[in-house]
Amino acid sequence: MSRRPVLLGLGLAALIALPFFAGKYDLDLTTKIMIMAMFALSLDLLVGFAGMVSLGHAAFFGVGAYSLYLMSPEYGAASLFVSLPVAIISAGLVALVIGLLVLRSSGVYFIMVTLAFGEMFYYYAMGARWLGGSDGAYIYQRPAAPIDLGKGHAFYYLVLIFLVATYTLLRVILGAPFGRALRGIRGNEHRMRSLGFATPRYKLLAFVIAGALAGLAGYFDAAQFGVVNPELFDWRLSGSVLMMVILGGMGTLDGPIIGAIVLVSLENFLGDLTTHWLLPMGLFIIGAVLLLPHGLTDPAALWRAFREKRHA
Amino acid sequence: MSDSAVFFLIQILNAVQYGLLLFLVASGLTLIFGIMGIINLAHGSFYMIGAYLAFFFADATGNLWLAILIAVPLSFVFGLLLETFLFRFLYARDHLYQVLLTYGLILVFEELRGLIVGNDVHGVPVPHLLDFSIPLTATLSYPAYRLALSVICLGVASLLYLLIQKTRLGMAIRAGSINREMVQSLGIDIGMVYRLVFAIGVTLAAFAGMLAAPTTSVFPGMGNQVLIICFVTVVIGGIGSIRGAFLGAMLIGLVDTFGAVYAPRFSGMLVYMLMAAVLIWRPAGLFGRATAR
Repeated sequence: MSRRPVLLGLGLAALIALPFFAGKYDLDLTTKIMIMAMFALSLDLLVGFAGMVSLGHAAFFGVGAYSLYLMSPEYGAASLFVSLPVAIISAGLVALVIGLLVLRSSGVYFIMVTLAFGEMFYYYAMGARWLGGSDGAYIYQRPAAPIDLGKGHAFYYLVLIFLVATYTLLRVILGAPFGRALRGIRGNEHRMRSLGFATPRYKLLAFVIAGALAGLAGYFDAAQFGVVNPELFDWRLSGSVLMMVILGGMGTLDGPIIGAIVLVSLENFLGDLTTHWLLPMGLFIIGAVLLLPHGLTDPAALWRAFREKRHA
Repeated sequence: MSDSAVFFLIQILNAVQYGLLLFLVASGLTLIFGIMGIINLAHGSFYMIGAYLAFFFADATGNLWLAILIAVPLSFVFGLLLETFLFRFLYARDHLYQVLLTYGLILVFEELRGLIVGNDVHGVPVPHLLDFSIPLTATLSYPAYRLALSVICLGVASLLYLLIQKTRLGMAIRAGSINREMVQSLGIDIGMVYRLVFAIGVTLAAFAGMLAAPTTSVFPGMGNQVLIICFVTVVIGGIGSIRGAFLGAMLIGLVDTFGAVYAPRFSGMLVYMLMAAVLIWRPAGLFGRATAR
């Protein structure tokens, strides 16, 4: 455990130093990884800490992204200080409404219902002309800020700052009584309720925070690539980010970041190799589920499982 | 009958046909969940695979019935193999891992489909025997194939009912969904029961895809579309309940068909609103057990 702060510090230092010796391609890729790490962290709050497996988390990512599109004047730039809070609040509000509905169910119902509501957004965006329909729409300029986010490394550092902020916020939340209550709910909701905790309210608050943070990640995604389309709502994205959380190891805050690094890099690598990259990706996911029950961050468990298999 | 009454009748027929087709897919999903406790995201892929098999064999033989006759046993064997080599290892795992593995499986199936037949939309011709419309008034008529489709689906649904309620296998299936260990200790090979149930589920979904192929054509992404609606169906009806799946499918058929006619602006959203309403009213679905597993 004592090595972790050192490793985190080294990782952060590397990210701060990266623009001084990496090219534009690697920086763009790293930015994307940081955005997905933010997204994965938000989902981990639900899956890893509160025990709610959501397959519709992309809905809030999409709401954040489309908020930036709707706030941007045509061919112009939206103000960062206005559009960013609006994106976070919109995603949070949508999460509040959806949360009130989906939290009536739990377990496998919860998985199915979140998936269905997520897809509702996807199909709505496909047909909605004011959102650009199935082709999506372009955002011509990055949000306007005191420093030009279109030039140099400003955008990279902005995303880095918000990734650190997200990580810190979650660390604080989870260390607070609220976080301990969430973990208690994950362990045994009935017990927590009989101890006098209003568990539905805790779960709803976690759902709203996770949705708002996913909206933040979606906002940055739209700002980085300058385009929004219905795919941002799609459950493939929800599945992919869930994979990041599991692969890295859920219930930890370092896990989702590691998962995002591995999965986005792998996507990028396979995508360069072949247009049919989803095939090896799918096989990788199947293999990971069958062979790595505890994620990548717990190789010791992997080794134990391997030895047990051999002795069995 | 007046034109508007006939128009209404046509919508009813469309709704029933869509609902019945949906039931075939959803019943497999709910059966597999109810008995093995597996949440299977790849279920929509079986529908897609069925439609493509129908397209492939109809193209090769020139006859849809012959194509179905070949493709149904193939789907069954495919289901047996999948259960034996993959899904068997998921029974003891958390739902989370079932979700991920079947998600990976979808990616594999979709890419393989792209590699083998490409991403074009393909039409499948309606069989000659049924390639006509039944005139209802001077201007309105109803395609015979759609009517036949409803009849076939009803037949399959009845067979499924008989299988589960009246046969020894059905008895083992019902018992296995309640207490696996007890069934096993009574000398019934529960592994075999699971394998058969899984293969039946796969075949039902694939069969629905084959039947639908001439009416909807065959296209990439058809599996995902069906999967989502199936989830809505199962959530409305209650997970694990076949009766619920039937009722849910019929409700969705009606809401979707009449929504497209009378509220076209909201037609895509109506089924989700229906689901939201059911969740508020009965969180475990219309026929769900009080506590979901």
